[in-house]
Amino acid sequence: KGHTQLRLSQMKLAVNFLTIGLVILSLPCGSYTEIPPKPPGSVTVLPPVKPAGGPQAFPDAENSNLPVFTMDYARIQVPFEVTLWVLLASFAKIGFHVYHKITFWVPESCLLISIGLIVGAIMHSVHEEPPAVLSYNVFFLFMLPPIVLESGYFMPTRPFFENVGTVLWFAVVGTLWNSIGIGMSLYAVCQIEAFEVQDINLQENMLFAAIISAVDPVAVLSVFEDVSVNEQLYIVVFGECLFNDAVTVVLYNMFIFVADMPVVEPVDVFLGVARFFVVGLGGMGFGVIFGFVASFTTRFTSNVREIEPLFIFMYSYLAYLVAELFSISSIMAIVTCALTMKYYVEENVSQRSCTTIRHVVKMLGTISETLIFFFLGVVTITTEHEWNWGYIMFTLLLALVWRGLGVLVLTQIINPFRTIPFNFKDQFILGYGGLRGAISFALVFTLPDSIGRKKLFLTTTICMIMFTVFIQGISIRPLIEFINVRRTNRNLETINVEIHSRLIEHTIAGVEDLCGQWSHYYWKDKFLKFNNRILRKILIRDNRAESSIVALYKKLELQNAMEILDTVSGDINAGSSIVSLQYVYPLSPSSSCSLSLSLYFALSLILLLSLSLACSPSLSLSLVLSLTLSCSLFCSLFCSLSLSLSLSLSVFVH
Amino acid sequence: MGSTNSTLSKIPNVEELMQETGFTPAHIVRLYDRFEALDKEKTGHLRPQDFGAINRLAMNPIGDRIIGAFFSPGQETVDFHSFVRTLAHFRPVDKKRPKDPSMPEPVNSRTSKLKFAFQLYDQDKDGKISRAELLQVLRSMLEMQVTEEQLESIADRTIQEADLDKDDAISFEEFRKVPPARALRLTYQHGAFAAQGTQNTKTCKVHAHRK
Repeated sequence: KGHTQLRLSQMKLAVNFLTIGLVILSLPCGSYTEIPPKPPGSVTVLPPVKPAGGPQAFPDAENSNLPVFTMDYARIQVPFEVTLWVLLASFAKIGFHVYHKITFWVPESCLLISIGLIVGAIMHSVHEEPPAVLSYNVFFLFMLPPIVLESGYFMPTRPFFENVGTVLWFAVVGTLWNSIGIGMSLYAVCQIEAFEVQDINLQENMLFAAIISAVDPVAVLSVFEDVSVNEQLYIVVFGECLFNDAVTVVLYNMFIFVADMPVVEPVDVFLGVARFFVVGLGGMGFGVIFGFVASFTTRFTSNVREIEPLFIFMYSYLAYLVAELFSISSIMAIVTCALTMKYYVEENVSQRSCTTIRHVVKMLGTISETLIFFFLGVVTITTEHEWNWGYIMFTLLLALVWRGLGVLVLTQIINPFRTIPFNFKDQFILGYGGLRGAISFALVFTLPDSIGRKKLFLTTTICMIMFTVFIQGISIRPLIEFINVRRTNRNLETINVEIHSRLIEHTIAGVEDLCGQWSHYYWKDKFLKFNNRILRKILIRDNRAESSIVALYKKLELQNAMEILDTVSGDINAGSSIVSLQYVYPLSPSSSCSLSLSLYFALSLILLLSLSLACSPSLSLSLVLSLTLSCSLFCSLFCSLSLSLSLSLSVFVH
Repeated sequence: MGSTNSTLSKIPNVEELMQETGFTPAHIVRLYDRFEALDKEKTGHLRPQDFGAINRLAMNPIGDRIIGAFFSPGQETVDFHSFVRTLAHFRPVDKKRPKDPSMPEPVNSRTSKLKFAFQLYDQDKDGKISRAELLQVLRSMLEMQVTEEQLESIADRTIQEADLDKDDAISFEEFRKVPPARALRLTYQHGAFAAQGTQNTKTCKVHAHRK
């Protein structure tokens, strides 16, 4: 026990040194304007000095000698700040998993928004503008594609194609229903004089409704990932939030265009419908084209294995950008590209590249998601708001009501066509799981200023997002357990299931031929034959037709082999770093918890400090600095004190 | 409706058939037309060769097993009643049926569907899928893709996963553990649209139904 205590105190010392060191290093950041930036690449001419004279340790202000220590903050400012923000958000993520019961009940998105709120409050108090992450360009060009790529790449393809009709039905018709319904009702609400919102005309209401009626993939995915509902429900919710982008894009553009015009002509409505087909089918078309090109390219990469993963990312990003170029649905483009690409590419690339691709896709997606929620919290505090009780409350209410109605009506219509119909519990979760998120916010943020009540819209959107993410997001897990929705057993990958599924498919195909009537199994069969005969020959380097049974068998055998390897060699921890987990094992869980908590506190506060210092070189910051510094030291001291107390107590008890 | 009634009157015991299987008169008529189209020699019975005349069914990997499922053991021909009774397995599940243990299990319940699938494997009808039977099914489904050793390994793994009482065969109880959604897929829906025209049922393409 004494040995561990020695280690602990060593660690505490190290942490304190780290704290102090980092703070001292970041202090000069605040005064960078006083040191003239040294232009890169220039040579300072030394004045002739007597060589017998002693060495000059410090640069004198009068002589223009070679300075020993210079700083050029402006040069690295942007990448430095970006890195710090990403690190801070990632530290927040580490912190949540310290006590895993938190993440079980509260989805990570809520926690991230809360931390963002705190940081936003700090930034607001020092009158600093946060980086414009949720602006149109940065959000839609850099933050959104990784998440959508991740969802498209890991979408389970077979359930998706079995349910594609339902998915498209809900995505298209459902979103239309919601937008038109909410828009009309909000316009009716606006007519009530008591709310003082009569200046919002019909077009602006419809525009706003179009923005907030779209279910957001980022929010939905982060909540539904941990909750295991049955496969059908999952795929419909998942697919709906990805594919409603087409409708949202069309409606948004249409209403922006129309909001400027005083009169709407019927021909515009017709053009809107035509545009919808262009947007939707164009998005899918571009995605498929780029997917095929990517697969074709990977056929020839056997000699350049190191850059194989690059092609995946470049082509999917290209698909996204080209779709953005033509203002068609970029989300659909990148999702279809990922779906198409995955099947062929994973046969062409090496095993290592395959793992790399999956890992990097997941990593980028997680970073983007973290940053988006984090900045949602930050921006909530720092934007200007306009609060209007009536409008906001009615929007929340109407959104819920219309979504519920929409799900009920649409399910009644589509249930007869489904093999496994949705019961009322499924429908409830389908309606309740319609979370709104950052996409709505980004769209509202970039509304043209000609719309008078933009601030009101912003506030309403934020309220909507907060309400759905916090209240619906937190309560959905207990609700699912309470009403006992059909759950899924995620470990479905057995050879038995695969063989039986194949058999059943063949049987149905046979019975169809027997009866002389065909349904979608016929098309599926036809496509598979086309795939085997033509597509695979072109796109895959080493073409051997492989049944899914054989593929699954190989995969399972590989998994078994890796499991055997893992248990034999044991758990290999990385490195002997100071914060290594090996040292924490002997401690009881609660004390290790408080230790890591204190470390986490210290580190994140340090980052916060350097961040705010980096952003604004003002002197009032030194106050904040000293306050937070003392806070962090106090926290860590307190935690280590309690830790040592508990340890010594346990020594006495035993 | 006139043609439906006249067709219905040609079939003996039609009421009993509809009661037993749950098909509507329109369905029965469609199936009867199809039966007659297959029965080229108008004997009122179908032989295996008649089934084999359907091209696409002949190309199906388990086509011969499906055809075999129509013939009860010992019989060489199928009359219309057996034809309809076998096809009744593929009707959608009746959700509203009260669970009455005294009545026999209806033909289209989940258990019956599973039994039907089980019989496709179990050709010698001993109530178990032995390793040899499994190998045969795998061979017909996987054809040229794998070597004999790989086939045997796959069969071994399958039995290992499913076999709980370690008798090296899969009984019906072990087979039942297939997840519910998969079993329900043994449903073939005639859908909300009635048949558009029954002149040429062989090539008549009804609207692609969603499942």
